[in-house]
Amino acid sequence: MAESIVTVDKMHFSRGERVIYDDISLNVRKGAITAIMGPSGIGKTTLLKLIGGQLAPDSGSVLFQGSNVHKVSRHKLYELRRRMSMLFQSGALFTNMTVFDNVAFPLREHTHLNEDIIRTIVYLKLEAVGLRGAYDLMPSELSGGMARRAALARAIALDPDLIMYDEPFAGQDPISMGVLVSLIKSLNKALNLTSIVVTHDVTEVLSIADYVYILANKKIIGEGTPNEIRQSDSDLVQQFLEGKADGPVPFHYPAQDLRTALIGE
Amino acid sequence: MQKLINLGRGTLDYIAAIGSASMMLFGALFAFPTWKNTRLMVHQMYVVGVQSLLIIIVSGLFIGMVMALQGYTILVSYGAEGSLGPMVALSLLRELGPVVTALLFAGRAGSALTAEIGLMKATEQLSSLEMMAVDPLRRVLSPRFWAGVYSMPMLALIFSAVGILGGHLVGVDWLGVDSGSYWSIMQSTVEWNEDVVNGVIKALVFALVVVWIALYKGYHCIPTSEGISKATTETVVYSSLTILGLDFVLTALMFGIS
Repeated sequence: MAESIVTVDKMHFSRGERVIYDDISLNVRKGAITAIMGPSGIGKTTLLKLIGGQLAPDSGSVLFQGSNVHKVSRHKLYELRRRMSMLFQSGALFTNMTVFDNVAFPLREHTHLNEDIIRTIVYLKLEAVGLRGAYDLMPSELSGGMARRAALARAIALDPDLIMYDEPFAGQDPISMGVLVSLIKSLNKALNLTSIVVTHDVTEVLSIADYVYILANKKIIGEGTPNEIRQSDSDLVQQFLEGKADGPVPFHYPAQDLRTALIGE
Repeated sequence: MQKLINLGRGTLDYIAAIGSASMMLFGALFAFPTWKNTRLMVHQMYVVGVQSLLIIIVSGLFIGMVMALQGYTILVSYGAEGSLGPMVALSLLRELGPVVTALLFAGRAGSALTAEIGLMKATEQLSSLEMMAVDPLRRVLSPRFWAGVYSMPMLALIFSAVGILGGHLVGVDWLGVDSGSYWSIMQSTVEWNEDVVNGVIKALVFALVVVWIALYKGYHCIPTSEGISKATTETVVYSSLTILGLDFVLTALMFGIS
């Protein structure tokens, strides 16, 4: 087994009364693209926030490069976060700054580089995502796909070790989707990154992932390489991959019997 | 039994909210802007201070004018219209300046702060700052906090000054009170410590409260359009009530016991 960069061990997490994760463990190998798939609303984003230390689990641990994210001091946590980076679903660009300033932001905050060098880095990062020409636009002038690519440029500005993608393909047209898929793959290789991709777009992610975890019903219901996943004999996994409406993951939100609800008794 | 549980939970939530609000206040107080953040603070002073100038000046002018008009009609029947100057100046410096400025400030700048921070939260900008290892408290809240605390007393002073000029406009230029007595009696009656400094202290306290409430409500709002609108309303309502309540307490402390 290769060296892992993130290790989640027997983690239990709940929001109020509602249990989100019941005892899950997973490993993210260094240098690989790890996909975390699952139906909407099971808290995939929550998992990324747990890894980033924005939320704390009820029990269990999350290790990032050997440090327990939730046990270290605030100062140390901020140090860890400089080595990880997260691409939010909405992009989360700062709306009061241009694309250039957005990408320059982490550099200006965390380094003492002079403006010339910052400009060089920003242009290189924007070039990598194909948006160098859009450097002086405001985020409101970008399309959804472009905003996500600009946010990606910002996320890689500090050359992190780990990048977490939160639903990078949601709501994208086929072309931007294709662009993002190949960007994630090429950046991972070119910058020697480790990527975690949280998504429910099965085909796209199976084409680039090295290892896949499938989450459902508060647990990990399947894991393996994309091939192993495709050949899995678990009903749950197959329902998810093939997009069947009903199966072990029910179509109906838990409710009383329709007949009883309609005619009473 | 259920009621008892709810009461207990409500109380605990309330105490927890006060706790986290205090933590935030101390955080913002101690995150005094470094010189790197000074630029951010100056920008915020422009947003919350300079951009509030128009409403402050117009309101100050009209309040001064109305007070002169009302005061004149009463004072003239005692032949005391010479005291119009100190009447206008004292009411503005001691009460109306700080209080009305704070109320306007809560409506104009406080609500904007809450909405801005709430929207930053809703669009994950605050989360993304945290993930970039940038403390939102230092980067976003503290510059706004200090900008508000600095701007409000200045706005209150401007409000009073413009109000006094408005009083002059109506009392002297229009109704014919002697200009010399307007100014000279004002000068001999208004005390620096007693009136001007106390007014500034009031403004400072109100500023602290308004900005604190506005930032807390924005930072802890439910990140939906409904939640932000509720938070914005609460900022204005809570700030206004707190200002009026605190004004009584401060007045009692400053002028009540002699």
